[in-house]
Amino acid sequence: MTHFLTTSYSVFVGRLLLACGIVFLATGPFLLDASGMQVMTEFMLMLVLALMWNLLAGYADIVTIGQHAFVGVGAYAFFGFLVFGEWNPYLSVLMAGAVAMLLAVPVMVIIFRLRTAYLAVGSWVVAETLMLCAGKLSAFGGGSGISMPVSAVKQFGARIGERYAHIYWLALVLLAVVFISTWLLMRSAVGLGLTAMRDNEDGAGAVGVNLTRSRVLCFLWTAPFLGLAGALITLQKLRVAPPASFSITEWTVYIIFIVLIGGVGSFEGPVIGGIVFFLLREYLAEVGVWHFIVLGPISIVIILIEPRGLWGLLRRFVPGDLIPVSYTPSALKGTKTEKARSLAASTSDVLSQS
Amino acid sequence: MTASPLLSIENLSVYHGQFRALTNVSITLGAGEVVSIIGANGAGKSSLLKTIVGQVDRTEGAIRFEGADLRGTHTADIVRSGVALVPEGRRLFPSLTVEENLEIGWEVGRRGDIGFDDVYRFFPVLKEKRRQLSRELSGGQQQMVAVGRALLANPKLMLCDEISLGLAPTIIKDLYQIIPTVRDRGISILVVEQDISRSLAVADRFYCLLEGRVNLSGRPADVTHDTVVKHYFGL
Amino acid sequence: MVEIWTNQILQGVLLGGLYALFAIGLSLSVGVMRFVNIAHGDLIVMISFVLLSLTGGLGLPTLAAVAIVIPISFVGGYLLQRLLLQRVLGKDVLSIILVTFGLSIVIQNALQGVYGADIRKVGGGAIETATIPLSGNINVGVLPLVIFISATLLIWLLDLLLYRSRIGARIRAVSDSVATADLVGLRSARIYAIAMAIVGATMAISAGFMAIWTNFDPTSGPSRLLIAFEAVVLGGLGNLWGTLIGGIIIGVAQAVGAQFDAAWQVLAGHIVFLAIFLTRPQGLFPKY
Repeated sequence: MTHFLTTSYSVFVGRLLLACGIVFLATGPFLLDASGMQVMTEFMLMLVLALMWNLLAGYADIVTIGQHAFVGVGAYAFFGFLVFGEWNPYLSVLMAGAVAMLLAVPVMVIIFRLRTAYLAVGSWVVAETLMLCAGKLSAFGGGSGISMPVSAVKQFGARIGERYAHIYWLALVLLAVVFISTWLLMRSAVGLGLTAMRDNEDGAGAVGVNLTRSRVLCFLWTAPFLGLAGALITLQKLRVAPPASFSITEWTVYIIFIVLIGGVGSFEGPVIGGIVFFLLREYLAEVGVWHFIVLGPISIVIILIEPRGLWGLLRRFVPGDLIPVSYTPSALKGTKTEKARSLAASTSDVLSQS
Repeated sequence: MTASPLLSIENLSVYHGQFRALTNVSITLGAGEVVSIIGANGAGKSSLLKTIVGQVDRTEGAIRFEGADLRGTHTADIVRSGVALVPEGRRLFPSLTVEENLEIGWEVGRRGDIGFDDVYRFFPVLKEKRRQLSRELSGGQQQMVAVGRALLANPKLMLCDEISLGLAPTIIKDLYQIIPTVRDRGISILVVEQDISRSLAVADRFYCLLEGRVNLSGRPADVTHDTVVKHYFGL
Repeated sequence: MVEIWTNQILQGVLLGGLYALFAIGLSLSVGVMRFVNIAHGDLIVMISFVLLSLTGGLGLPTLAAVAIVIPISFVGGYLLQRLLLQRVLGKDVLSIILVTFGLSIVIQNALQGVYGADIRKVGGGAIETATIPLSGNINVGVLPLVIFISATLLIWLLDLLLYRSRIGARIRAVSDSVATADLVGLRSARIYAIAMAIVGATMAISAGFMAIWTNFDPTSGPSRLLIAFEAVVLGGLGNLWGTLIGGIIIGVAQAVGAQFDAAWQVLAGHIVFLAIFLTRPQGLFPKY
């Protein structure tokens, strides 16, 4: 009885924390100063990237090391439409997503011919190629990049504080759209199919789930969101340059750490990982490159001990998902059924006593 | 048979998840014996062999080989202690030549008096094809390589899992012909077969499995064919 | 004009020798263990830094330093497989990708922490500048030629090892099926570790040549990995001679690209790779 109460209590607390987080995000610009808003904007954009990498690696079985390609392409597209095309600023942001999605088609044709680790490195080759190509665009300053003209920047707010708030709202909207739509996707037939695939590839094939189609859909799904994030990142950084806009470290390596630490294959994982990562970054910033050396072994140890990350660890004590998706991480299945059984047992105890 | 049998299985139960594949099976095999395990599809014959070579995790009871409990020992170490398996479906290394496949048996096994010449005398066709990749051989020839590989390990005990499956009668005859010869060289053999008559013809003793339990055992000469068939099908 | 292009292509072929050297170890691990070690390039760069310490710090001759590093890398490869990679090999593909990726990040940043971010090079002595004039303006550097011949020799040796030796047969057996290997009594974990030790030794050799011929810094690993990967995929997975051809193709593409514009060198290599890959995804000389 008490067991039953405490375990559902933990789900309740978890959801409460989640709700507090949402409220905090939704009121951020009223609470935070300029630098606080910048950090939170960065957090939200990183979370978008993490959710997308997680969708591919955790559900669709596509591990890429090239997701920075779409971020960079989005950045360059946004810059092009806004500065050279002099398009409406919002339309320019949207176009970043559109261009990224268009580009996803040929990229997919290339890398879907590879599987597993070959796909991972193949996606990296593609990203590297696109970055080098971006470096050949002389209008965009070639290899050294180009800053956004002041007039273009001012379209998003004349004063700094106003502009930061503006970018913050855009990032929040993007995060909300990504989060909710991806969650809905995972609860749809596509998500169910991918879940079945992760649990048992043959089984999924047998119930008629078209795995290739689902994987293609997921890949195309992530590209526009990555492109949109790239546009907003550019608004924050106020310049495009091949190594910065296509930064493998920031838009892929960090993201992989976030998802890995938090827990791949769940919605809670990237959120937890993002928070942990930003906390670690704040506290480990002064130790320079060594914070990578801390992150590296941590992630290797996580894979060896608890492949489902921090959320996997927590999930041993929490009986349900905070953000329920049909998908149950297969590593946790044993514990889950045991929990269910003990739950059932405790309930029947209560019944027989009464 | 002997005071301390080479292989003794006592009250073995084996589980695949929730499913119990074997229940309280007890089997002994003495040195120099040929023992046959018969049973229909799904009677638990393969589970028995898999358990002996350490491929099943959940077991109850004991499996003793030369007195030592094999449970929990890694497959490779069981094999190295003198148990050679002719696995179901041959399972050769397709990208290795016939000779290389045989060499692996020889190198991994214990040194003994069965050498390449013996194997090539048993199966002359293998000598001709020794430089060919094993995947280019016919099914029967592949089975010969699998048997040869096991023999070259000079095991104390050879386990044969359905060696006649899917092969032409003449080839089955060739394969079964070597069993008495091998036994005379001091190797005990456990033959697992669906084919009752073939298997009983070479066996000193036999066990019949039905739904994971031994329901008949003895010497082939002491039972009628009818009795065996009845127990085989559980009639 | 013809002379310029001939020269450029020749230089590209020789450069391909170096690339093939990077790729041999990767080709072996792809062919035998069926996984891509994402830290492959970083391990090579790490060995180059060790060479730098041995030659610069301790003042050893380069050749002696390489001779010391080869057995160390051999043992290092063995331990890496035994202690880390083997633990994730049987798990899902995500684990093996992420463990080697994590390793790559650790190595890059540890090197940066120890050696700083500067671009380095190891002195090779007179061989660096020595050339053999062929005809007219075509000269062949002695060092690139030595590297190309070494790459060919190494591939020949590995091919012998893999197809004509006992350990080679065992390695191929485990590569065919770990489960069957267990059933006949092969200790697959040990055999994999030996294979990785051989990979380690090839890494040391390529690190030695790379350190003399090209500049490197702590973050050079990924670019080496990508080139090695391209050579392996172009040649056909698991085909060592194919890997040499793959390396040559990338080398020539880069050399020809650089002839148009120095900045196009690396990009030309990637573009040629992608173009060939699109038409022949299984590689030019597939083995499986």
